[in-house]
Amino acid sequence: MAGKPMIEMRGVGKWFGAFQVLKDIDLDVAQGEKIVLCGPSGSGKSTLVRLVNGLEPYQAGRVAVDGIELGNDSKAIEAVRLEVGMVFQSFNLFPHLTALENLTLAPIWVRRMPKRAAEAHALQLLERVRIAEQAQKYPAQLSGGQQQRVAIARALAMRPKIMLFDEPTSALDPEMIKEVLDVMVELAAEGMTMVVVTHEMGFARTVADRVVFMDRGEIVESAPPKAFFEAPRTDRARLFLSQILGH
Amino acid sequence: MRWLRENLFGSWGSTLATLGILWLAWMLLPPFVEWAFLKAVWFAPDSRPCRAEGAGACWALIAEKHRFILFGTYPYEQHWRPGAAILVLFALYTASALRRFWRPALALAWLGGLALIGLLMWGGVLGLPYVENERWGGLMLTLLLATFGIAFAFPISILLALGRRTRLPAVRALAVAWIELVRGVPLISLLFMASVMLPLFLPEGVSIDKLLRALIAMIVFAAAYLAEVVRGGLQAVPHGQVEAADALGLPYWRKTLLVVLPQALRVAIPPLVNTFIGFFKDTSLVVIIGLFDLLTSIKVALIEPAWSGFGVEAYLFAALVYFVFCYAMSRYSQDLERELERSRTHALKGN
Ligand SMILES: Nc1ncnc2c1ncn2[C@@H]1O[C@H](COP(=O)(O)OP(=O)(O)O)[C@@H](O)[C@H]1O
Ligand SMILES: [Mg+2]
Repeated sequence: MAGKPMIEMRGVGKWFGAFQVLKDIDLDVAQGEKIVLCGPSGSGKSTLVRLVNGLEPYQAGRVAVDGIELGNDSKAIEAVRLEVGMVFQSFNLFPHLTALENLTLAPIWVRRMPKRAAEAHALQLLERVRIAEQAQKYPAQLSGGQQQRVAIARALAMRPKIMLFDEPTSALDPEMIKEVLDVMVELAAEGMTMVVVTHEMGFARTVADRVVFMDRGEIVESAPPKAFFEAPRTDRARLFLSQILGH
Repeated sequence: MRWLRENLFGSWGSTLATLGILWLAWMLLPPFVEWAFLKAVWFAPDSRPCRAEGAGACWALIAEKHRFILFGTYPYEQHWRPGAAILVLFALYTASALRRFWRPALALAWLGGLALIGLLMWGGVLGLPYVENERWGGLMLTLLLATFGIAFAFPISILLALGRRTRLPAVRALAVAWIELVRGVPLISLLFMASVMLPLFLPEGVSIDKLLRALIAMIVFAAAYLAEVVRGGLQAVPHGQVEAADALGLPYWRKTLLVVLPQALRVAIPPLVNTFIGFFKDTSLVVIIGLFDLLTSIKVALIEPAWSGFGVEAYLFAALVYFVFCYAMSRYSQDLERELERSRTHALKGN
């Protein structure tokens, strides 16, 4: 990966009270790189991802996103959030707004885009996630897979340089997982920098440049998918793989 | 017939209850109808026909005193002004009731409308003679107190509810203190404090008139109660909504106004309306500091020897007026709730 670093984490530590969730995390993500983050439940994956756009504060080390030092400084966090889009496990669409309004809200009110331009761009994005005909529907009128695709489009509407995904398909019925993964695969092919927490190992194999394996708040392994799946170096990774590939 | 059998005579117990209620209605309704309608005196320049043998309800009292009940002691030849002000009020109520108008411009319409009402009532400009608010009264005063009270208390209550949840310690302390202190005190004592104590705290030469003091007390009071209702709505908004807004880079106020409040207030509609109704009736307490609301104007109408002795009619009428307004609010909130519920369940069918 030759691109310039989009995310740099050095010796990051985070505590919830006395409990240390993240221990001495070092992680670099280059421009255009796709990282898949995996590990047992409770290992700190969500916390790590949420740290990148300032949803969680951290207490030790440093984090820089696209050259902006995050610190726990609200101005820096504001600047970083303009560059980073995020997709949640539970979609978190705004239920009182239509799909289209979900997409245009932030461009209009944060980027100060004119309404017309924001809507035109939003429609393009809905087209891209193959859901343009649902633009006027409310989230509750959409299936889970459709909602998650709208959520991806909503994040893209801010023209982010980095996209974070926290288990985007875990809340979906099996038949809807593919439609969301397809959108993510396309996004990857377009060169987006992506950090994806997922247990979809098929996705990891085809899309990831690197698989990062976490356990108990530490990064235990970081390797290209082929190496990680075929020859994990640690027992913890082997155990994890046997568990998730086992069923 | 089947409905009758199932709902009214479904069991021995409900059959008995149905029969009992029918019997009571049979006993009470005919005499009431006779008194209130058949033998009632609807119009009379004085109370003589009402005092005649066998006369029913004396609605003539209401007909004769309606201007006084509506507008209190407002100068008679200027009554078109409170009349116009009431029209403005009802226009504002109607616009607020229609969801089509729920947009930021509505707040501006309220500001403009309330200013216009103030101008109409006070006058002193544009060739309108000045009318001091000592002379405002009747239903008009009740509506003014309730409307101005809620129009100011509601936005304040939103700030209080937000303040109670903020991380800024000073703001939070202030909000908590306001809410808890005020909720621990009956409205009557707040009104007394406003009328007796407030003037003591003001610098010499500055005086706020009685009506304004009462209004301030009522706003302080209603804001505290509404704040707790709003807070309940805020708590119903899932944290994921806030995080999604944060992740999109929406700063605090935009996040609050565009994402959090629309959802919170929707949930809070029934308890909000409930509080509005209570507040509307509470306005009658201003009588204790000498303001002249609907109920007082009715009482005063009865003082006149010509009309004394017709308290039942007068108070029935007052109850009817309060009931009409409260019932309208209650029906409206039920309809609104049903409408929002319907759009949600309809929406779920899409799944
Ligand atoms: N807000 C919180 N307060 C306290 N503990 C938390 C909080 N959020 C997460 N944790 C704990 O931190 C650990 C890591 O959580 P998380 O990052 O969500 O793990 P993962 O996403 O890998 O399942 C878990 O043990 C979890 O219980
Ligand atoms: Mg997680």
